[in-house]
Amino acid sequence: MPEKIHSLYIWIVLAPLFGAIIAGLFGKKIGRSGAHWVTILGVAVSCIMSLIVFKYMVLDGGKPFNGTVYTWLVSDGIRFEVGFMVDKLTAMMMAVVTFVSLMVHIYTIGYMHEDPGYQRFFSYISLFTFSMLMLVMSNNFMQLFFGWEAVGVVSYLLIGFWYNRDTAIYANLKAFLVNRVGDFGFLLGIGAVLMYFGSLDYATVFAKTGEVSGKTMEIIPGNQWSVMTVICILLFIGAMGKSAQVPLHVWLPDSMEGPTPISALIHAATMVTAGIFMVARMSPLFELSETALSFVLVIGSITALFMGLLGLVQNDIKRVVAYSTLSQLGYMTVALGVSAYAAGIFHLMTHAFFKALLFLGAGSVIIAMHHEQDMRKMGGLRKYMPITWITSLIGSLALIGTPGFAGFFSKDSIIMAVGESVIPGSGFAYFAVLLGVFITALYSFRMYFLVFHGKERMDEHTRSHLHETPWVVTVPLIMLAVPSVIIGFIFVGDMALGNFFAGAITVLPEHDVLAKVAAKTHGAVGMLLHVPASAPFWLAAAGVGTAWFFYMKRPDIPAMIQQKLSFVHKVLDNKYYADRFNEIVFAGGSRLLGRFLWQRGDVKLIDGLVINGTAKSVALFSGFVRHVQSGYLYHYAFAMIIGLLLLLGLFVLPLKN
Amino acid sequence: MKYELPNIALATPEITLLCLACLILVVDLFVKQENRVVTYTLSLLSLAVLFVLTLTSFTQKTGFAFNNTFVRDAMGDVLKLGVYLAIFMVFIYSKDYLRQRDIFKGEFYVLGLFGVLGMMVLISAHNFLTLYMGLELLSLSLYAMVAMQRDSVNASESAMKYFILGAIASGMLLYGMSMIYGVTGSLDLAQISTKAAAAAAASNKMIFVFGMVFLIVGVAFKLGAVPFHMWVPDVYHGAPTSVTVYIASAPKIAAFAMLMRLLVDGLISLQGQWQSILIILAISSMAVGNIIAIAQMNLKRMLAYSAISHIGFLMLGVLTGKESGFAASMFYALAYALMSLGGFGMIILLSRRGFEADNLNDYKGLNERSPWFALMMLILMFSMAGVPPFLGFWAKLSVLKEVVSSGGLIWLAILSVVFSIIGAFYYLRIIKLMYFDQPENTQPVEADLDMRLAISTNSLAVLGLGLFPGALMALCLAAITA
Repeated sequence: MPEKIHSLYIWIVLAPLFGAIIAGLFGKKIGRSGAHWVTILGVAVSCIMSLIVFKYMVLDGGKPFNGTVYTWLVSDGIRFEVGFMVDKLTAMMMAVVTFVSLMVHIYTIGYMHEDPGYQRFFSYISLFTFSMLMLVMSNNFMQLFFGWEAVGVVSYLLIGFWYNRDTAIYANLKAFLVNRVGDFGFLLGIGAVLMYFGSLDYATVFAKTGEVSGKTMEIIPGNQWSVMTVICILLFIGAMGKSAQVPLHVWLPDSMEGPTPISALIHAATMVTAGIFMVARMSPLFELSETALSFVLVIGSITALFMGLLGLVQNDIKRVVAYSTLSQLGYMTVALGVSAYAAGIFHLMTHAFFKALLFLGAGSVIIAMHHEQDMRKMGGLRKYMPITWITSLIGSLALIGTPGFAGFFSKDSIIMAVGESVIPGSGFAYFAVLLGVFITALYSFRMYFLVFHGKERMDEHTRSHLHETPWVVTVPLIMLAVPSVIIGFIFVGDMALGNFFAGAITVLPEHDVLAKVAAKTHGAVGMLLHVPASAPFWLAAAGVGTAWFFYMKRPDIPAMIQQKLSFVHKVLDNKYYADRFNEIVFAGGSRLLGRFLWQRGDVKLIDGLVINGTAKSVALFSGFVRHVQSGYLYHYAFAMIIGLLLLLGLFVLPLKN
Repeated sequence: MKYELPNIALATPEITLLCLACLILVVDLFVKQENRVVTYTLSLLSLAVLFVLTLTSFTQKTGFAFNNTFVRDAMGDVLKLGVYLAIFMVFIYSKDYLRQRDIFKGEFYVLGLFGVLGMMVLISAHNFLTLYMGLELLSLSLYAMVAMQRDSVNASESAMKYFILGAIASGMLLYGMSMIYGVTGSLDLAQISTKAAAAAAASNKMIFVFGMVFLIVGVAFKLGAVPFHMWVPDVYHGAPTSVTVYIASAPKIAAFAMLMRLLVDGLISLQGQWQSILIILAISSMAVGNIIAIAQMNLKRMLAYSAISHIGFLMLGVLTGKESGFAASMFYALAYALMSLGGFGMIILLSRRGFEADNLNDYKGLNERSPWFALMMLILMFSMAGVPPFLGFWAKLSVLKEVVSSGGLIWLAILSVVFSIIGAFYYLRIIKLMYFDQPENTQPVEADLDMRLAISTNSLAVLGLGLFPGALMALCLAAITA
């Protein structure tokens, strides 16, 4: 029943919204269990329907859908609408978003059960699910922007969920401000699209790319810039903010101040990948600008390599995973840069599962450790928490790209695609992603060994209370561990190397690196057979070995290295001084500018002249009229007569019979 | 002279209402005070009957009856439906208010229904006499309603002012009618229209313009446009709030119809002249209304000035002289009636025996006392200020669009926007008081279920029609062009 399925879309979006509204507005009335039941029900409905849509689109080869649900307004021929575009790309995103969201909802019952803001939390995460679905299912730029901002708002609310902590408030403000920078670019990009294409509708815009691709614009006199390049770079700046690419990455590590389920759902699996999704969705535009693609590639490779390095020196368990997320987002961006959109999206999907798993695993450890996050105070947790241990191991193995696990297929596709690419910057990118493999393995297993093996470094009180977390926590771990293992093997042949996304993603023949990769590898089995001869495998193995040697065998070595290379350590520990730089240059600079504008512009000019001037004239005028409104009847009648005479004088006298 | 049986069927709603109102008057005599709710229920039922009658006989075809003194057309029907709905809400809102002040009597409902009859006749008038009759029936009912609270000094004073000023305005209207009758020899709007066109073509229109100025003064008084607005703040403030909500809602719809009948049906060929007059009235109404409202500390007075400014906006559409402009104004009139109902309804909701809740300070911290009703009030205030996506935004947008597209009047549109920005201040101040200030009394808001349902429906309608404005707009346009 292909037509009937289209009526599902609106309910997929609305079900979580209803849950959010009920839990948010009537949270007190329905109680704690009422709040989690209603939101979980909403997301579960959404998830099941998304899976149905996924089955229809992918297995049954359904036709893509593009239609408008509601026209908000038509102004000057531009339609502002709410509509859905559902094709394989969307169907995959919907399935991933709702599935991970459902797991996180269930997990939250265990993680937040003592928190006074329980209902509020459920309301927010359901609202997030709604916003994210609006974003991925959109068929136009306006709704995309709505979803983009809505997920930003929810992310802001959730980073500062514990609003009486200063660090949380600081972190959410920072996330908000940094995203503003990205969103400014994004909004300008949408504005440019509107200006040159005259429409906000994806289909209309993509159909017109041929007309616009040759055009140039002159922003700085004497410099002709390709319109397509400007649009793509502006849109990508938006993606840099949301997907935390250098130099707009600074908010993501701090976002770990939010509760862990949020880190898993928003700051690892879904929202931060919105930028990747958006660029893939806009592939018909990006394909037409090699400059923009190079820009994307270079930014991505810097992020992939340098953010991974920072993961090596973190001691907070969540921050290690956060930097790993940054680095993996870099990988996805690199894939976009070399036009291997499908590989990027594929990595997005596998990453969503194993990174959500790692975060939730870290959260499980944190629950058991009574909200202690410092890895130096953990160790040997393996025997106390067997399920968390085994699922975290699976997550780590998937992350570093162990052959057979999900991450292996997606990451290797990206690396091979970069190797095939010839666009400017691909040489550097290849080096970055290869070295990144070693680093990923090193920090992942550093974390793994520090937490689950070795000496038990926690205090006696904590140790005596250590036990496995309840089933609402472990079941989502298991449910996420399954796709982390198998999903790569199942889908790599179609998604990354086949033409799964044909129609949804556009790749010009001369950029089609994935086709070349596919020609060499022959599917999932081919990739596995190729393992012994591939560099990434040996690099990953070397990373794991190094981690084992440093943190299990000779724990004195890391300290020694730290002393010997104290300068490097200091740079890494201070995150390349990016925060310090922002604080001094941008924050300080804006404050200086603000003070100038406040004292000169606002106080003197606006307040002094415009505002007070207006207020004074209004006061004068109203004083006069209030005088006339005296309450005396004859004054009122007199005013009417005056009015009448005035009108007669103005309109009758000039007429001549 | 041949006597034709008039086509009574066209006036079925009016005749039914007359019978029902008389019936209720009689029934009320036999109802004991503690059972007064019977009168209330019967009145609501009558309005429901009228609604069904008008809706089922709704037709796009224009029909005349009673020697062409009465017209039944789509515009009239839509406006009448608006009037029924508005008065239905008014009756629900005022029940508890009247009861708490011991003026829960049959008079309110009977007078109210006769007022509705007046409005219906006014809306359907196709002759100066019918028009005048409808107007007076409405006005006399209103005067009496304002004076109903006999032991209140404020109410008696404002009733007296309203009555005398209303009499002056009626006199001017009649004078204008007599002048036009003098030149045309007819009271029929269609014939006047033909004669006026001929006179305008021969540029022999001085008497027409002279009479027209008087007519416009009469309408402007009813609408409350500056400088014929002086009664508005005093009457809105002095009357019991249950009567204020009556005066502030449906009669504006009827006054819009009166403006349309006189200027469009009767004197469209003088559009050049009346456009300039309406521009002057509109600008001065928007200016005075918005600026003086800022200085008010009494919510009823503030809403009175807000009403004056909204009337200025309403006239913007009519003065373009285009059908789409009339439709925009009609949309504005209906939208304004709905918002105004909600605004005064909130005052009634928060008031109790001996406490009128009409001071701005009474709204401090409403959010803590009742988050839901604070939200409802927020919707209404945002809508009146013209913030998207609420209904008031579309009303403003549609009239402004018409002004802009009629060419040469862009300055007027800009001026209007400036005034509406000034106006936003006092609406937003209420929101600030509700959400950011500490409450002065912490009594929870209590009201009967019907009241709470009605006010919530009212506000949610403002939101809902704002999200889906297309249907109502299309209805207005269809009604005007039919």
